[in-house]
Amino acid sequence: MKRIPISWITTPTILVAFLLAWHGYVTVFEVSKFILPPPMAVAESFVELIQDPAAHRHAWITLYETLVGFAIATVIGVGLGTILGKTPWLEQALNPFIIATQVVPKVALVPLFILWFGFGPEAKIVVAAVLAFFPILTNTILGIKSVDRGHRDVMTVMNAGRWQRFISLEFPSALPAILAGMEVGVVLSIIGAVVGEYLGGSTGLGHLAVAALNDYKVGAMFAVILLLTLMGFVLYVLVGLLKHIMIPWHESVQRI
Amino acid sequence: MTRPVGAEDATQIDLKGVGMRFATPDGPLVALQPTDLRIRRGEFLVLLGPSGCGKTTLLRMIAGLSRPTEGTIVIGDQPLWEGDRRNARALSELGVVFQDAQLFPWLSIEQNIALPLKLAGLDRTSRLAKARELCALVGISGFEKVWPRQLSGGMRQRAAIARALAADPSILLMDEPFGALDAMTRDQMNLELQRIWLTRMCTVIFVTHSISEAVFLADRVLLLSPRPGRIDVAIDVDFPRPRAMQSQDEPEFQRIVRELRGRLESKK
Repeated sequence: MKRIPISWITTPTILVAFLLAWHGYVTVFEVSKFILPPPMAVAESFVELIQDPAAHRHAWITLYETLVGFAIATVIGVGLGTILGKTPWLEQALNPFIIATQVVPKVALVPLFILWFGFGPEAKIVVAAVLAFFPILTNTILGIKSVDRGHRDVMTVMNAGRWQRFISLEFPSALPAILAGMEVGVVLSIIGAVVGEYLGGSTGLGHLAVAALNDYKVGAMFAVILLLTLMGFVLYVLVGLLKHIMIPWHESVQRI
Repeated sequence: MTRPVGAEDATQIDLKGVGMRFATPDGPLVALQPTDLRIRRGEFLVLLGPSGCGKTTLLRMIAGLSRPTEGTIVIGDQPLWEGDRRNARALSELGVVFQDAQLFPWLSIEQNIALPLKLAGLDRTSRLAKARELCALVGISGFEKVWPRQLSGGMRQRAAIARALAADPSILLMDEPFGALDAMTRDQMNLELQRIWLTRMCTVIFVTHSISEAVFLADRVLLLSPRPGRIDVAIDVDFPRPRAMQSQDEPEFQRIVRELRGRLESKK
């Protein structure tokens, strides 16, 4: 018989302990339900939320903004990262600007994006893309530049052309780093979409959370946060699945 | 098994005044003094010497991986370099095995072996058929579908030899290919290499710092010495083939080993 992974026992135990502590704290200190509702109240609100067709619409919008933003970030991040990784002089020339744009607190730019792109999903897609872009870009550059020198020699000896080198060596060699960047990026793109929704417009789960807070429905707000957490978890797992498909050979991918 | 004579004596690789020097802050460093060398078709040539003697530099120059700072290299009737471009026809004569197998971890063993054929534009069915044939030749049949990391060092090096042979090169260049293996695996691989060489009738240039490995494998051993890197002496090894591990116990074999060791130690 195969041994059960330890996380199958520890994860539920820690989760139950956390919920009990939460419930105990709220009961013992008589915390107002407008500050922190008990776990059961959040669960009830969550069941209500996922049965509400309007909430479904909001959830789809957030998911849509996240995925489109993430896709844009991936295409541009991997494309530009590849070019910069292969063109050291260009990377050196652009590096100060890349660092500058990376350290700008991008969330502070959200009002600007809303000004430029309006209150619709476009502004949120841009925020999601901008946040996810940098980890994907920097990891792609790292991956392309870290190609093993000995592997390069192998391609030279086989008289491979530039394109063949890219397809057969540089890209597959950089994939683990690119996927690591995408893992970070997908979570950031959810944050981007939700922050965009907090600050402008009347759709999406971010808006729903703010609306619930304004109505003093703190339980409903927690339910929205729970739904966002689940969405993030699913997307993170999907990128993990992508790793199993695209880099099954890599040490970081455990056998299922 | 005897090898046919005749065309065998024709020069296949011709080095004319090939040397390598680097500019360093302390003045020029001579990695290899200008060297003339002719390698016969079908010859098993071993470059032997301590580290820093230029043996790997010499091999990398013949492989087209480093460009000599002086002299010319001709493979068959093709110059290796045409201006600053490598000559594709000269390169197509070469297969290279590196110190670490340098298999691509994202390709299965058969995909690794078939890679040179893929780059040459051969269709999938033919190249995988060829890869299976080569797996049989180097003794790793049954491991076609596994990842390189699932194989031992010796098995990976067998796969690397198969990959080097995939495009049917007439010359096999080997840079300390068994240096990282344990002594028993190394003996085994030397026997296997002799068998493969006798089967494929190719020219081999083999770099090592093991005297007994050199004498066991070689038709001719070139002893190189460092500072500056140069060819010190050439010794022919006229032992009948195929050689067995027991050949190493014979007086003639030990005489050659002693001679080489004496020359190596006199340089210290």
